[in-house]
Amino acid sequence: MIIMQNTFFTNSPTLIVMVGLPARGKTYISKKLTRYLNWIGVPTKVFNLGQYRREVQSYKSFEFFRPDNEEAMQIRKACASNALKDVVIYFSKEHGQVAVFDATNTTRERRVSIVSFAKEKGYKVFFVESICDDPDIIAQNIADVKVSSPDYLNCDKEEALADFLKRIECYKQTYVPLDDEKDRRLSYIKIFNVGSRYLVNCVQDHIQSRIVYYLMNIHVTPRSIYLSRHGESNMNLLGRIGGDSGLSPRGHKYATALGTFIKSQHIKDLKVWTSHMKRTIQTAEHLGIPYEQWKALNEIDAGVCEEMTYEEIQDNHPEEFALRDQDKYRYRYPKGESYEDLVHRLEPVIMELERQENVLVVCHQAVMRCLLAYLLDKTADELPYLKCPLHTALKLTPVAYGCKVEHVFLNIEAVNTHRERPGNVDVSRDPEEALKTIPDHF
Amino acid sequence: IELSSVPQFTNSPTLIVMVGLPARGKTYISKKLTRYLNWIGVPTKVFNLGQYRREVQSYKSFEFFRPDNEEAMQIRKACASNALKDVVIYFSKEHGQVAVFDATNTTRERRVSIVSFAKEKGYKVFFVESICDDPDIIAQNIADVKVSSPDYLNCDKEEALADFLKRIECYKQTYVPLDDEKDRRLSYIKIFNVGSRYLVNCVQDHIQSRIVYYLMNIHVTPRSIYLSRHGESNMNLLGRIGGDSGLSPRGHKYATALGTFIKSQHIKDLKVWTSHMKRTIQTAEHLGIPYEQWKALNEIDAGVCEEMTYEEIQDNHPEEFALRDQDKYRYRYPKGESYEDLVHRLEPVIMELERQENVLVVCHQAVMRCLLAYLLDKTADELPYLKCPLHTALKLTPVAYGCKVEHVFLNIEAVNTHRERPGNVDVSRDPEEALKTIPDHF
Repeated sequence: MIIMQNTFFTNSPTLIVMVGLPARGKTYISKKLTRYLNWIGVPTKVFNLGQYRREVQSYKSFEFFRPDNEEAMQIRKACASNALKDVVIYFSKEHGQVAVFDATNTTRERRVSIVSFAKEKGYKVFFVESICDDPDIIAQNIADVKVSSPDYLNCDKEEALADFLKRIECYKQTYVPLDDEKDRRLSYIKIFNVGSRYLVNCVQDHIQSRIVYYLMNIHVTPRSIYLSRHGESNMNLLGRIGGDSGLSPRGHKYATALGTFIKSQHIKDLKVWTSHMKRTIQTAEHLGIPYEQWKALNEIDAGVCEEMTYEEIQDNHPEEFALRDQDKYRYRYPKGESYEDLVHRLEPVIMELERQENVLVVCHQAVMRCLLAYLLDKTADELPYLKCPLHTALKLTPVAYGCKVEHVFLNIEAVNTHRERPGNVDVSRDPEEALKTIPDHF
Repeated sequence: IELSSVPQFTNSPTLIVMVGLPARGKTYISKKLTRYLNWIGVPTKVFNLGQYRREVQSYKSFEFFRPDNEEAMQIRKACASNALKDVVIYFSKEHGQVAVFDATNTTRERRVSIVSFAKEKGYKVFFVESICDDPDIIAQNIADVKVSSPDYLNCDKEEALADFLKRIECYKQTYVPLDDEKDRRLSYIKIFNVGSRYLVNCVQDHIQSRIVYYLMNIHVTPRSIYLSRHGESNMNLLGRIGGDSGLSPRGHKYATALGTFIKSQHIKDLKVWTSHMKRTIQTAEHLGIPYEQWKALNEIDAGVCEEMTYEEIQDNHPEEFALRDQDKYRYRYPKGESYEDLVHRLEPVIMELERQENVLVVCHQAVMRCLLAYLLDKTADELPYLKCPLHTALKLTPVAYGCKVEHVFLNIEAVNTHRERPGNVDVSRDPEEALKTIPDHF
C-alpha cells in the first residue's frame, strides 16, 4: 500500500499571498519563510512582483504607481498574471509545494482574483498581511533595503527616500486591509507592528499551522548567532567519527581561547547551548558562562559506524560507504541517522534560535552544517559538504534580507575533519578511490 | 556551569489566567493545557475557582451570581484570594512552574488585581480568553459538563439548564472582554468560536509561544484515536528488546485481525501512522490502508542493551539494570535513550495527533506508554509501567474533560513483554532479585 515518508504537510500546493503597503517587511518575511520551509523539506519559492515589473519596465518615478495611471496599471496586471503563470509551472512541473506571492495585494479586487485563480487550480491560499504604522520601523526598512533597491540605482539617498514615500502614498489611497467580517472565510495571519500582535483566521492544515508558528516566533531585534564546534577531541585526533570522547590538549586550549574571544565581544545577555556530549560540555565549561544542554544538538548518530575511522568503514562496510557518497544528505547509517533526520531533530533548536537574541551554539560538524545551511540558505546538496573546521567560530549577523558571516580562527591548530566527495562514488570502486579524500589523522 | 540538562522554558513562574463567560470551554482548555504541559515536563496545576466556592458554599441557585449580591460577592472574592494564595504555595514550595487560574475573570477590575498580584510576586501573566457566541456550541457544552456538575446534583436536567442560563446572564451584565487598545500591553490569546480565529498579543517567552501553538492546534471535533503495538515480533518471542525484526506468524495473524477490526469500525477518513521499523510497517501492510511512517515513533533506543534479553542485560550490565529500576522514567541506556527523551521526540507526534481526527497509531511498547500517558494524564512515575500488551488495540475517545478507553483484545495469543518493577532495585542485589519480574519467553 501507499507509503508516505512523513510528508503529511499538505496534499494540495499552497499559495501564500503577502499583503501590505510597501516597506512593511513583506519581502523580508517572504524570503525568511521560504528559507525555513525549504530547510525543513517543503519545496518553496518566492515570486516577487517587483522583479517581474523591473524586467519589463525601467523605473522612473513614483508616478508609475499612481492609481489613475491606466497604462501602468495594465503593465502591473500583466506582470501579476505572468507571476501566477510561473506559480502554475512551479507547482505542476517543478515539484513545488509552496509558492510565496510577494506583492502588495492591497486591493480587495486583486485578492479576489487570486483566490479565484487558486480555487480553479486546486491550490490552498493563505494570506500573510503585515500592518505597521510605526514611522520609525518604516523609516528603518526604507533605509535598509529600499534606497539601495535596483529601482533607485542612479539616485542619491534623499531623492530615493522622497520618491519612495510618495510611492507608499499611492498605495495608501486604495489599500483595503483584510476584513474581520468580509474575509472571515479566508485563511490568514495579520501581523501587527513587527509581531507585537497577531490575528490568525481559519488555519486549514498542518503546513499553515507551522507557518503561523514560525511567523510568530521570528523577530527583527538586532543580534548575533555564534556557531562553533567543540574543541578538538581525542576521537578527532585518531580520525574516528562519533563517540563521546573528551577534548584533546589542543581542544582545551581552543575552549579557553573561545572564552577569551567571547568576553572580548562584550555580548549582551549571551545564551550558550551545548549538546549532551562530553566534548561540547567541556568546551562550554571553559567559557565561565551558564549553558544549557540540548540532546537535539548531539552529533549525527553513525550507527554501526560509530567510533570507526574512514579506513575501517571502507574495510567493514564498503557498500554503505559508497552509498553515502552517492547521496550524503539522505543516506542513513544502519542503526543511525541521516542528515535529513538531523534537520528534522534540529527544527526545535532553529525555532528557539529564532526566538532568542544573542546565542552561542557549541556543537558538532554535521549539526553545525545543518544549522549553517538554514542560516545561509544552502541547499540539501550543499549542506553535507559545508566547511565547518575545528577551532573556528562563526559569527552570523542578520542584515537586510540575509546574514553576514564572520569567520574567527582562534589560532589553535587542529586536525582537519572535512572529507570531500570523492570522484568515484560507485559501489564497485577500489578502496583507494574511496579513501582518496580522507583527511589526515594520527 | 551547567544550567540545566533540558532547555529552560521560562525562568519566572507563569500564571495563566482564563477569561470568559460560563460554558465557553475554560475548564476544558485549562485541563487539556495542563495535561500537555505536565507531559512535556513543565510542572503545571489548575486552580479552579468553582471548586474553591463549592468548599465554602453549597450551591442553591443562580442568585448567588447576581452582580448586586453583596454577600456572595464577598465570598467569591475570598475564594479567589485563597486560590491565589495556593498558587503562591505551588510556585514557592512545590516546584510548580505554571499555574492555570480557571475562573471567569470577566471584569477589568478582577484582572487588574490579578496582574498586580503577579507583578508583586514576580510571576509572568498570560491570559487565555474564550469568546463564543454560537448558541449550539454553548448548548452542547452545557449538556456535556454543566448539567452534571456538582452544583446541580439534585436537579433534573431541565431545571439545571434553566438555572445555568440565568447564571450566564448574571455574568454577561458585567463582562468586559480584553480590549485591543486598553490591554495592548498584556500578554494574551483570544480564542473565537472554538478556534476559527485567534488574536495573539505580546507573547513574552518560549513557554507562552508553546502554549499559543498548542491552543491553536487543538479542536473539539468528535473523533477517536486508536493505539496498537506492532504484531508480536520474532524478537518478542525470544525475550529480546529493541532491534528491527519482522513479525512472528502470530504477529501476522494479529495484523490481519487488526485490519478486520478496523474495517468493522467503519471509521471515517482514518489516518494510519507507523514507525520506520519493520514490525510496525508489516503490521500496517495488512490493513490495506495508506499509512505514513514517522521516525519519531521508533521504539526507545536501548543503546548498548539493544537486542539483549533481560538475563543478558543482568549479566553484562547489572549496575545499569538496577539504576533503570530505580528511575525508569529518567534512566538513559548508555548510547541510548530514556523515557524522558522519548516524550521529547514524541511531542511533534502529539501535536499532529491533536490537529488530526481519526488516527490509528501502530507503534511500540515504550512509545505507546508515552502516548497513553499524555492522553490519559498519567504521571512520569506511572508512565514506564503502563500496561500495553501485544495484540490489544486501544480506542480512545475524548469525552467531557477526559478520555474514554476501550480495550480490544483481538484473540491472537502473544508473549507478555511487561516487566514490573522488582522489589529490590539496589545496585547490590542478587541476579535472581533482578530477574524476578521478567516475563516468560522462548
